[in-house]
Amino acid sequence: MLQIKDLQAGIEGKEILKGINLTIQPGEVHAIMGPNGSGKSTLASVLAGRSDYEVTGGSVEFLGKDLLDLSPEARAGEGLFLAFQYPVEIPGLSTINFMKTAVNEVRKYRGQEALDAAEFLKLMKEKMNLVNIDKNLLTRSLNEGFSGGEKKRNEVFQMAMLEPRLAILDETDSGLDIDAIRIAAAGVNAVRSKENATLVITHYQRLLDYIVPDFVHVLYNGRIVKSGGKELALELEETGYSFLKNEMNIA
Amino acid sequence: MNDGLSTIEQQITSDYKYGFTSNLEADQAPKGLNEDIIRFISGRKKEPEWMLEWRLKAYRNWLKMEVPDWANIKYPAVDFQDIIYYSAPKQSKKLNSLDEIDPELRRTFEKLGISLDEQKRLSGVAVDAVIDSVSVATTFREQLGELGIIFCSISEAIQEHPELIKKYIGSVVPMTDNFYAALNSAVFTDGSFCYIPKGVRCPMELSTYFRINAENTGQFERTLIVAEEGSYVSYLEGCTAPMRDENQLHAAVVELVAMDHAEIKYSTVQNWYPGDKEGKGGIYNFVTKRGICAGVHSKISWTQVETGSAVTWKYPSCILKGDHSIGEFYSVAVTNHHQQADTGTKMIHLGKNTRSRIVSKGISAGVSHNSYRGLVSVAKNASNARNFSQCDSLLLGDRCGAHTFPYIEVKNNTAQVEHEATTSKIGEDQIFYCNQRGIDTETAVALIVNGFAKEVMNQLPMEFAVEAQKLLAITLEGSVG
Ligand SMILES: Nc1ncnc2c1ncn2[C@@H]1O[C@H](COP(=O)(O)OP(=O)(O)O)[C@@H](O)[C@H]1O
Ligand SMILES: [Mg+2]
Repeated sequence: MLQIKDLQAGIEGKEILKGINLTIQPGEVHAIMGPNGSGKSTLASVLAGRSDYEVTGGSVEFLGKDLLDLSPEARAGEGLFLAFQYPVEIPGLSTINFMKTAVNEVRKYRGQEALDAAEFLKLMKEKMNLVNIDKNLLTRSLNEGFSGGEKKRNEVFQMAMLEPRLAILDETDSGLDIDAIRIAAAGVNAVRSKENATLVITHYQRLLDYIVPDFVHVLYNGRIVKSGGKELALELEETGYSFLKNEMNIA
Repeated sequence: MNDGLSTIEQQITSDYKYGFTSNLEADQAPKGLNEDIIRFISGRKKEPEWMLEWRLKAYRNWLKMEVPDWANIKYPAVDFQDIIYYSAPKQSKKLNSLDEIDPELRRTFEKLGISLDEQKRLSGVAVDAVIDSVSVATTFREQLGELGIIFCSISEAIQEHPELIKKYIGSVVPMTDNFYAALNSAVFTDGSFCYIPKGVRCPMELSTYFRINAENTGQFERTLIVAEEGSYVSYLEGCTAPMRDENQLHAAVVELVAMDHAEIKYSTVQNWYPGDKEGKGGIYNFVTKRGICAGVHSKISWTQVETGSAVTWKYPSCILKGDHSIGEFYSVAVTNHHQQADTGTKMIHLGKNTRSRIVSKGISAGVSHNSYRGLVSVAKNASNARNFSQCDSLLLGDRCGAHTFPYIEVKNNTAQVEHEATTSKIGEDQIFYCNQRGIDTETAVALIVNGFAKEVMNQLPMEFAVEAQKLLAITLEGSVG
């Protein structure tokens, strides 16, 4: 469903992604690991359509469409979701109102009727249970004064609400204790299906104990330098990323 | 495509949704202002002699006054001789019911989205509609009458309740208060009068819609609300004006009087024509609004959503004379393109244990300027006065301006006065976050702005809040790509 070919991108003239190749099929879970600053969040932002990043080469196809040609909101409409590493705060706007707008905008994009208040509430209740989030949190200003864990859980809740075809989770585990990770992972697993795919960006292998990936890729210095199965994550856990430098030197 | 901040700066036209003119036959005064014009107005309204004398006195004072120049606004001088001071839609006879009003006028209301009969039936809002200068229809009069509530045009009140008008007109805003108040006192053409008798809680929102229609007419309405002991009233004022190239003048006066334990809630949604994106045309809105908490434990609450006008000069104020009285001011002012707003409030603490609260939210886009100007004054004998002021500014793009001018005068050392102010910008990351959830940039801005203004919007009566939210969105349409 997602085909990234030789994707190159940068910001303010600085090259960050130096030729990414990645193919994701429906039903698959991919993990991207790699040290800080290797370009993981940049890849997520470019896929989501953040305009400060400039794509300088390559192509991305998503469900048969040229992804790079679509506006960020159209990408969301097509079923791409990004759980942000740093979710933003919007004072005075509750998550409920935010999601009500988002769900109906996405439905509009797909040619579906808007949900009325009762239908929306029903959907919300269902997803709240699924990701185990407190209603109080959803009535407060979006992410304002949330703890790190609450922000991440809110991202998982939004993902559940929007039922994306491809969900990209950017370090959704960072800042979470093990219980929170388990809950977040349970949320992700609950929305997994044969049709949908997940791209998990993480630093630590422990998240992958709960969201078991089909493939693991190591991103380093703007390139995927190694790919493998879930055992690669364990291997990295033991050896760390220091091997990369050696391997890169040999290559 | 969202281009982030670069498009935040980009300005696209957003057409004024209410820009149409009605083909109503109007009965007009000749252009210009002199004593004869005032006699003409007073005569047309069949006013008693004392009213004419009052007007003439105001006029003679006005002649000696100067246009105020201290506000943070710039506009070409207004030629006061180039204005028509009286324009009334021609109506042959007095109306007994709404069904009798001119069908053209009816259509105007409908275009404005105030279908009177709908409001009458559905929402229980009593509407006193003012087109140009004369109140054309007042609904619900009888129902209110049974409770002893008077709700009518001020012209009628002058005829039918002269003792009340004589007692209260100019009692809160003296005719010599300021240049525009003096002008209004001389030439006011219509407006609303409400009187809530002792112990009565007005069972419905009272509402007036103002609209400037004929060319070159200034609109000078005058509103007076008196709430007797232990009474309560909530009053809504909505305003629109047709699109015109020239600037039209609007100089209103609103006076509120609250006796012991009385409460007046006054809400405004101001949507006058703001001018086009180059800054051509639009209303000059110079308004004096003031309430007096005359009695103990009385309360006056102003809520305003200001989205229109080319220039806004407006400071709804409270004189807290009664002990334990409360004054509140909740304001959202949005400016886009070349609009300029200098608005705020004055809280004058005279009584003991008086409290005031100011919440001002300014939103600026385009090359507009938005200023908050507020005075909190605590008199020598006003012990234990409390004030809290919160002034927040939100900027869209970096070519607009937000300014805050708080003035604090405290003459009693038991007073507690707090002032907080913030300025923020709509962030590209906030917009992108919304975009990523499928929300386009225009809608994202509306969500963010409404969130920013929420504390004030929450003060509005339900049916107004929805309209006000839409207005915020319309005003900022095109301010972000
Ligand atoms: N907005 C930006 N402006 C300048 N440099 C950036 C920006 N975003 C990312 N970078 C740089 O790009 C590189 C990759 O960053 P990022 O994608 O955030 O890495 P990761 O998510 O893997 O930690 C880093 O060197 C970072 O400093
Ligand atoms: Mg990152």
